[in-house]
Amino acid sequence: MEDLGEIVGEFLMESHENLDQIDRDLVSLEQEPDSRDLISRIFRAIHTIKGTSGFLAFTRLEKLAHAGESLLSRLRDGVQPVTPETITVLLATIDGVRNLLSSIEENNTEEGIDIDSTIERIHAQMNAPAAAAPAAAPAAAAPAQAEAAPAAEAETPVPLDETPKRPAPEPIAEQRQPLGQILVEAGAAQQTDVASALQQQIEGDERKLGTILLEEGKAAPAAVSEALQTQAPKRSIADSAIRVDVDLLDTLMNMVGELVLARNQLVRGVMEIGDATLVRSAQRLGMITSELQEGIMKTRMQPIEHIWSKLPRVVRDLSNSLGKQVQLVMEGKETELDRSLLEAVKDPLTHLVRNAVDHGIEDPDRRTAAGKNPEGTLTLRAYHEGGHVAVEVADDGAGLNVERIAQKAVENGLLRPEQIPSMDKRDIMAMVFQPGFSTAAKVTNVSGRGVGMDVVKTNIEQIGGAVSVDSTPGEGTVWRLTIPLTLAIIQALTVDCGDQRYVVPQVAVLELVFIDGNATKVEYASGAPVYRLRGKLLPLVRLDRALGFEVGGDQGVYVMVLQADGRRFGLVVDRVLNTEEVVVKALNTRLKDIGLYSGATILGDGKVGLILDVPALARRSHLAADSERENVVEKRGTGGGGTERLLVTAVGERRVAIPLDTVTRLEEFPRDRLEHAGSREVVQYRGQILPLVRLSHLLGAYGEELEGDTVSVVVYSEGGKSVALVVDRIVDIAENSTTARRDAEEDGLVGTAVIQQRVTELLDVRRAILAADPNFYSDAMDDMLVEA
Amino acid sequence: MASRQFATFEVAGQLFGVEVHTVQEVLSYNEYTPVPLAPSAVGGLFNLRGQVIAAVDLRVQLGLARQAMSGPVMNVILRGDGEPVSLLVDKIGEVVDLEDETFEPPPDTLSGPTRELVVGTFKLDGRLMLALDVNQAVDTSRATI
Repeated sequence: MEDLGEIVGEFLMESHENLDQIDRDLVSLEQEPDSRDLISRIFRAIHTIKGTSGFLAFTRLEKLAHAGESLLSRLRDGVQPVTPETITVLLATIDGVRNLLSSIEENNTEEGIDIDSTIERIHAQMNAPAAAAPAAAPAAAAPAQAEAAPAAEAETPVPLDETPKRPAPEPIAEQRQPLGQILVEAGAAQQTDVASALQQQIEGDERKLGTILLEEGKAAPAAVSEALQTQAPKRSIADSAIRVDVDLLDTLMNMVGELVLARNQLVRGVMEIGDATLVRSAQRLGMITSELQEGIMKTRMQPIEHIWSKLPRVVRDLSNSLGKQVQLVMEGKETELDRSLLEAVKDPLTHLVRNAVDHGIEDPDRRTAAGKNPEGTLTLRAYHEGGHVAVEVADDGAGLNVERIAQKAVENGLLRPEQIPSMDKRDIMAMVFQPGFSTAAKVTNVSGRGVGMDVVKTNIEQIGGAVSVDSTPGEGTVWRLTIPLTLAIIQALTVDCGDQRYVVPQVAVLELVFIDGNATKVEYASGAPVYRLRGKLLPLVRLDRALGFEVGGDQGVYVMVLQADGRRFGLVVDRVLNTEEVVVKALNTRLKDIGLYSGATILGDGKVGLILDVPALARRSHLAADSERENVVEKRGTGGGGTERLLVTAVGERRVAIPLDTVTRLEEFPRDRLEHAGSREVVQYRGQILPLVRLSHLLGAYGEELEGDTVSVVVYSEGGKSVALVVDRIVDIAENSTTARRDAEEDGLVGTAVIQQRVTELLDVRRAILAADPNFYSDAMDDMLVEA
Repeated sequence: MASRQFATFEVAGQLFGVEVHTVQEVLSYNEYTPVPLAPSAVGGLFNLRGQVIAAVDLRVQLGLARQAMSGPVMNVILRGDGEPVSLLVDKIGEVVDLEDETFEPPPDTLSGPTRELVVGTFKLDGRLMLALDVNQAVDTSRATI
C-alpha cells in the first residue's frame, strides 16, 4: 500500500481538478444543452475517474462513475435530451464522487458513503423517458426500485468501446519548417533570392541562410528574426509548466522577504554616505530585488477563477431551490491573488454570493412588479486597485433597507437613536457587519440581511483586508472586499509616537490630516477628542494614550483617518514618516494576546517595528468611548447665519437645550469627588470650588439618579467665576432654526422648541446659574463659599 | 555517572543555568523595541537576522526591578517551542559539565518567584548554580510582582 500512496495521492489531486471542471461544464451545459463539446468533455473526465478508480480497486467509486457515465453517454448519443433534472442528477453524482474521494483521502476507505441512492436517481433519470425512447434498456425498468444496486451491476447496456481516451499530449515539436520557406510564404523574400542563397550554401558558403539574405539586402532584419521565432519549436503546456511544492515557494518567499529588508537597510545606509557609484549600485540592487520579489510572488499567484469556479453551481442550486432566476456574470476572473489568500477569501465570498441570491435578488414576481427583468443578475467583479485586489459581489436586487438597519442597530444597542440622523448612509449599512447585529437578524429574519456577515468581516480582516457595502434602494447592493495582494509583504505607513516607530497597514488608511492648531484643530466634546472632517465629526484616538504613554499636545500632530470595523476614526500620531513595503513577521503568541498588534516587522534601520492592529484599536477605543463618556455627535456647525447653536442635554426623560455660547466647557467628574458645603453640592475644579446645580432638581424632573461613576456637567464661567450645571447626559449639539418654538410658563425655562424631531426645553441659563450661586452676578462676593 | 551540560549566566549576582541543548545562541544586543501594554516581563523585541525575537527580562521574572535597557544587554536565546525566545541576563558564564550527584532539589528556604522558576540546585566549587525551568522562565503571563 505504501507504493500506492503516491499514486492515490496523484489520482485524488487530479480528480479534484477534474471534478471542479465538470461542475463548471455541467452548469454551462444547462445553458447550452446542445453543446456536444461540453458533453464530450464531461464524459471524458468522468471516464478517466472511472478508469483510474477501477485500476486502484475503488469499486464503489467505479460503480458510481460508471452509472454517471451511462447517463452521459445517452445524452451524448442524443437518446435523451439534456434537462435541468438530468443536470441536477449529474451534479449529485459529482458530489457523490467528491464525497468518496474525500473519504478515501481522509480515512483511506470508501466505505460508509452512500452511493446507492444516487445510482438509483441516475437510473430513474435514464428510465424516465424509457416509455417513449426506443433505445431504453429493457432490463432496467422493472427492478430499478426493488434492487437498484444489483441492477446497476447486472445491467451494462452502454457501449463503451468507442469512448475517447484522454486527449493525447500535444506533439512536443512540430516538424521544423525551413527558414527560406517561411520567408517566402510571408512574402519577406523572393523565391529566387532564397534559391540563390541556398545555392551559395551548397557551394560552400558557411554562413547561415538568414545571414546571407540579410547581408545581401534581400530580406529585412525584422522579417528574418520573426521567421526564426516561428521556426523555434513551441513548447507544449506539459513542458512549460511544472508542479512545485508550496512549502518550497513559502521558503523562497521568506528569503525574498529577507532580501527586501537587507535592500531597504542598504539603500538607507548608502543614501547617508552619498557616494554616487554606491548609490547607483544600490538602485540597481533595489530594482533587481523588486523584480525578484515580483517574480516569486507571481509563482504563488493564482487567478481568482479558482475559487469562482464553484460559484455557478452554488448560484444554480440556491436559486433553483428558492424559485428565483439568477444569472451569474463574472468579470476579471483572470485577476490573480496569492494562493493562501485565495483560500481565505473562498468562504467569505461564497457566503456573500449565497446571501445575495437568498436576500438580495427578489422573486421573479416581485421583480416583474418592480418593472425589472424577472431574471436577476449577480455580478462578480475582480480588479486590481493600488496594491490591492478588489472583489465585488453586486446584485441588482432590492437593496439594503437603511432605516431598518438603523432601527435594528438601535434595538441591539449598537447605536443610539440620536446618532442616526447625522450618520453617513454607508456607515449605517456597515452595521450589518457587527456581530450583535447578525445574530438578531438571524433570529427575527425580518431584515434578513447580515447573517454571518461578521464572520465575513473577521475572515477578511484577518488577512489584512477590508469589507464594505453600498446599496441603492431598488437598484441593488454591492459588497466589496479589498484584499492585499499577498500576506507576507504589505504596504504600510510608518508613524512616530512617543520615541517609537509604529507601522499602520495602508489598507486601513483613508487620508492624513496635519493638525496645525489653527486651520485644523482637535476639539473636545465632553472630553472626547474629535476632529471636524469636512463638517462631520471624526472621533479621535490618541495613539499615545492607547499605548499607555504620556499624552502629548494637540498641535503639530497628524490625524490618520482610518477605517475599520465599518467605522471611521482618526488616529492621532506625532509624525507620519513614509510608506514602505514591510515584511510581516509573526509576533510571539503571548504578545498577540495584547490585542493591539497584528504583527511585527523589521524597519529600514534594522529595528523591530510593531504593526498596529487597526480593527482592534478601533474596538478598544470605541468601547472606551461608550463607557467613559457620551460621544457627542455634532452636526456641521457653520456658525452665524442667524441660527442659534444649542447644546442638547438629557435630564431624566426630558431634553434640555443650553445655548452653546453660554457654555464654557463640558466636564465629567467622578461621582465621589462631589462634596457638600452646607446645603450645596460643590466640586474642586482647577483650584476653585465650583458650585453645582442639578438641572433635574431645578426643573423638578425628579427621576431616578443615574447610575455610573461620573457625572456630566456643563461649566459656565464669567468674570473669573464658574458654576456647573449637572445633566444626566450630553446628547448632541444642534442648530435651532427657531421654528415651532413656544414660550413656556414653567419655572427655569424660557421656552420649548422642536429639535431633531423631539420637543426640547430651552434652559433659562441665568436662573439656573443663580440657583447654583445666588451671588454669581454680584461683584461684591469674592468667596462663593461664604454664602453657603 | 551521568552528567549534563549547562550554560550558565548571572542575574543579580546569582548564578543560573539552563541545559545547553535548549540554548540556540548567546549574544549581546542594544536596540530593543518596547512593547507597550505587554506584561512587564517583556523587555522588548529585537531583530535577530531578520527574525523578530521577544526578550524576556529575567530580572522581572525573578521579582526584581526591570533591566535598564539602555546600552547592550546579554541575551540567552532559547530555542523555545517553534519560536525562539530570549532571556535577558546580566552576564554570561561558562558552559559547565555537571554530574548528577551534585544536584539537589531547591532548598526549602528558597521562596518567592524564584522558587517557581528553579528546578534544582547544583553545587559548584565555591558557589551554587540554580537550574531554571526553561518554560517557566519565559512565561511572561506568570503573575509578577
